[in-house]
Amino acid sequence: MSLLAVRDLTVRYGALEAVRGVSFALEEGEALALIGPNGAGKTSVLRGILGLARTEGEVRLGRKPLPQRTPEALLQRGVVLVPEGRALFPGLSVEDNLLLGGFSRFRRGEALEADLRRVYALFPRLEERRRQLAGTLSGGEQQMLAIGRALMARPRLLFLDEPSLGLAPLVVQEIFRTLAALKGEGMTLLLVEQNARMALSLADRAVVLEAGEVALSGRAEELKANPRVVEAYLGAARGVEG
Amino acid sequence: MDATILGLLLLDGVQNGVVYGLLALAMVLVFAVTRVILVPIGELMMFAPLSFVWLQGGKLPGTLWLALALGALWALLERGRGRGLPLAGGAGLLLLFLLARGNPALAYLAALLLVVYLGVATYRVFFQPMREATVLALLIMAVGLHVAYQGLGLVFFGPEQYRPDPLLQGEATVGLTWQGVLVLAFALLSAAALYLFFRRSLFGKALLAAAENRLGARLCGIRPEEAGMVAFAIAGLMAALSGLLLAPLINAAYFMGFMLGLKAFVAAILGGLVSYPVAFLGAVLVGLFESFTSFYASAYKEALVFLLLVPALFYQSLRAKGVEE
Amino acid sequence: MRRYLWFSLLLLPFLLSPFPFYLTLLNFFAIAALVALSLYVLTGLGGMTSFAQAAFMGVSAYATALLTARASLSPWAGLALGLGLTVAFALVLGLLTVRLKGHFLPLSTIAWQVALYILAGNLVGLTGGHTGLTDLPPLSLFGLPLDTPFRYAFLGLFLLALGVLALKNLRESRLGRALLALRGDALTAASFGVDPAALRLKAFLLAGGIAGLAGFLYAHFLRFVNPTPFSLEASIKYLVMAVAGGVGTIPGVLLGAALFTGLEDWLKDLLPLLLGRQGNYETIAYGLVLAGILLFAPQGLWPLLAGRRPSGRKALPQGEPLPPRPPSGRRGEVVLEARGLRKAFGGLIAVNGVSLALRRGEILALIGPNGAGKSTTFNLLTGALPPDGGEVFLFGKEITGLPPHRIHPLGLGRTFQHPHVFPEMTVLENAALATYARTRAGFVRVLLGLHRKEEERALATAYEALRRVGLEGLALERADRLTAGQQRLLELARLLASGAEVLLLDEPGAGLRAGEKRELARLLLGLAREGYSVLIVDHDMDLIMGLADRVVVMNYGEKIAEGTPEEVQKNPLVRAAYLGEEAA
Repeated sequence: MSLLAVRDLTVRYGALEAVRGVSFALEEGEALALIGPNGAGKTSVLRGILGLARTEGEVRLGRKPLPQRTPEALLQRGVVLVPEGRALFPGLSVEDNLLLGGFSRFRRGEALEADLRRVYALFPRLEERRRQLAGTLSGGEQQMLAIGRALMARPRLLFLDEPSLGLAPLVVQEIFRTLAALKGEGMTLLLVEQNARMALSLADRAVVLEAGEVALSGRAEELKANPRVVEAYLGAARGVEG
Repeated sequence: MDATILGLLLLDGVQNGVVYGLLALAMVLVFAVTRVILVPIGELMMFAPLSFVWLQGGKLPGTLWLALALGALWALLERGRGRGLPLAGGAGLLLLFLLARGNPALAYLAALLLVVYLGVATYRVFFQPMREATVLALLIMAVGLHVAYQGLGLVFFGPEQYRPDPLLQGEATVGLTWQGVLVLAFALLSAAALYLFFRRSLFGKALLAAAENRLGARLCGIRPEEAGMVAFAIAGLMAALSGLLLAPLINAAYFMGFMLGLKAFVAAILGGLVSYPVAFLGAVLVGLFESFTSFYASAYKEALVFLLLVPALFYQSLRAKGVEE
Repeated sequence: MRRYLWFSLLLLPFLLSPFPFYLTLLNFFAIAALVALSLYVLTGLGGMTSFAQAAFMGVSAYATALLTARASLSPWAGLALGLGLTVAFALVLGLLTVRLKGHFLPLSTIAWQVALYILAGNLVGLTGGHTGLTDLPPLSLFGLPLDTPFRYAFLGLFLLALGVLALKNLRESRLGRALLALRGDALTAASFGVDPAALRLKAFLLAGGIAGLAGFLYAHFLRFVNPTPFSLEASIKYLVMAVAGGVGTIPGVLLGAALFTGLEDWLKDLLPLLLGRQGNYETIAYGLVLAGILLFAPQGLWPLLAGRRPSGRKALPQGEPLPPRPPSGRRGEVVLEARGLRKAFGGLIAVNGVSLALRRGEILALIGPNGAGKSTTFNLLTGALPPDGGEVFLFGKEITGLPPHRIHPLGLGRTFQHPHVFPEMTVLENAALATYARTRAGFVRVLLGLHRKEEERALATAYEALRRVGLEGLALERADRLTAGQQRLLELARLLASGAEVLLLDEPGAGLRAGEKRELARLLLGLAREGYSVLIVDHDMDLIMGLADRVVVMNYGEKIAEGTPEEVQKNPLVRAAYLGEEAA
């Protein structure tokens, strides 16, 4: 039984079809990467699953199909997105941002202190800056805060949209080390990445999107060696290495 | 002008200014969370004391039926458990009104809750379905509701002005009644309470979060429509309390709210519709300006207040740069 | 010509001549329809609105009343003063708000409207207060006094028909397209030379003037003015009319005016009867109708009746295109140069000391991983963002810090990462938007219809450009019918129609399929051969490598490499940046 199954997903913006008939499944504890060039529809797949765009096709979470999809409803089912651009609350403090990540649990009367400590343990830099406004953080710290905020909801399935975007390699490595650690704890990850090399090193499996359709899919190891992927997505690599 | 007159004008200005300030805070809050410019806040404000007067006279006001009708539409728009709030709220309101006839304390509470309920229902029925619309379309809706509510106010309460009894009788000093002191105290307390709500409570912060980043808020489980309802509830509460406290000093009539709301709105524009402290201080400034112009040119004081818009807009215009997307 | 059928409105007085009451209503309709037309300009085309159209009427009405009833001057002097004053008032209000976000203008018009109403009621010495001014003389034309509703209706309807024709001209002109574009997306409009603040201001003045004309008609029809018809409620009534009928189309606003003129009268009789009291109860109906329309038919009634069609012209252009502007000058000459560009957002340095030069006839690619500062550099070059430091030169002329609408006419055109096309215009009109800076007709010429020849040439130019990219078959379709790939081609056609020779393309390959990308590459190579200079921002390596003459690579806001595609591919820094590896 897959944790998440997407069948024939089509995502539309007005007359524009950003994604056409995309299917894939995600097993519990697995990390799946969606890779492909800009405009291939990777982000639209995430938006479609979360009900942030008009879709056709079926999305199942566990046994149940999800006919009424909204970010709020998926959050209740343990699915949380770390969006591209992070969508933080720049005028609120780091700690407030984190606490709000657990807002749905806070409302149910659950305590958030333990989760806060866990996030601070994962990202000590956030604890140093807990009173600072989120808008004043560096790009890397903002990405950590976005991931930390998502963790406050105790997700079992984490969606990450371009976590490496605009970050220095050292920071990217730090983020990916954290993601690997989360995966080690049994969290399921769905990762959208343009940095194919990084994504394939973390993921177990990957789906390659091209112009809104699935071009290839398979185990990350195989894809890394697949000449077509090397040519198209590690395109610079061929020129450099060849 | 001697010191006594100066003092009187200052007191009068501050007393009105803090009320404009509360309304301005409510407007900035509602705008930040929902992008609605709450033009009908003046009508909500007047509905409270007028409904109170009706209840005191043992009559059920028409606003009750308006609120219940909108509540019914609200319930129709919700699904499943979401219907509980409008239905229970409406039933409770009806019961409270039946009990409150002739009972001033209950009538106060009933008038207050009526306006809060009406505010939330207004959002749910008229604004929430348009959530994707432009600020301009939302503004046109707000203005439409203003004329509709004002017209209904005339139907419900007639053209007369009413002066409900003050909560506190007598004068604290020359020119300042105890009721005026109460208004000042209430305004300062409310401003402080709002400050604490936004600084200390996670619910308050969730509201700020919904205003700062809609997507981020949704991802945290803060539903924008809930945030919108809370913002309208707070605005309704502010408007109703201001109206109830101010009516014994300046009378209440169906048409009076609009001018009060407009002045709040001049103040909110001073703050660019984003800054809470500037909006509040701007409102006190509007109050003082009005009080002094009424001394020198009383016939034109209402018109002159809008002159304040000119420097406010000019200042905002200087700060605006670049091509907006 | 079909357009002149509007003058058949002038037959209405004959049809209604046996019913004096309806003749009066007909006059009120003509006046209300003029005000509704002013809102068509403002809201329908310009995406702004005003809650002060009744105040503008009032200014003009009082001006003519004072001049004719008090000073016994000719009503035509009253008309001149009235229009002059309205436009002057609109100018002050407009100047204060045009540079602000969209909602400040309507907000200020509310305050303005209320203040003028109070003044009209309180400046008793001047305006007669709430009793108003009486005994205005009737208008007379060619010695014939227009002193009956029958006679007066001809004047009102004639002016209305003229207004409709003038605004149809406006819609089918460079200014109409620019206004529609501005409403959708100011940056795109500005990229084709439209000055957003100036054009909005002019539209606001025009709308004020039309309302002023309606006020003049009103005053001399009733021959009496008082503050009531110029109140906020009246302004809102006009807005309700326009929005209910469909503020985006001329027939829509006329329909709204007709419906509400009839409805108002009926409500004024009915509601006090129902409620058993006198009062302005019709405002309740206005408010609720407005709410209902906004909720259930936001486009208004007319589009429901007529279906959603693009409102522009339906025929292909026949004329000569504008004089062609083939790129001239020496190949290899630097056309666009950036020196030490710097831009920071808050603490984040997005672009740090980037220099690059684009030469005539070459395709230069600006590449780098996501977030490397490519798009910011692009925005600094095109004027969409002002740089914090550094300089930009176009054809040797410094353009640092100039807004996009002043850079474009010098010969620079751009596309957008997400195609910016305007759905309410046809494909042809979308392309013709680009000729804005190559054409001259101003408001006066356009309203009088003296721009047709130029317009025909502008459309022909746009059609040529569509043909060049292969979209001519879709010229009269709504632009939102196009696929993503076709929208990209439309953006290219726009650049060609604009006459710009320096073309900046922001991720032109994004979202295209392999075949479409090949087509795009072929087109761009052809353009470069003709001498166009092309700067592409992209990270699609396949597209770039087969296309670009030279490549500039950015990472972390800095230029890390520059050279031929082969050279940069061998560069270890590029390899590290692109693969997210440590530099080997």
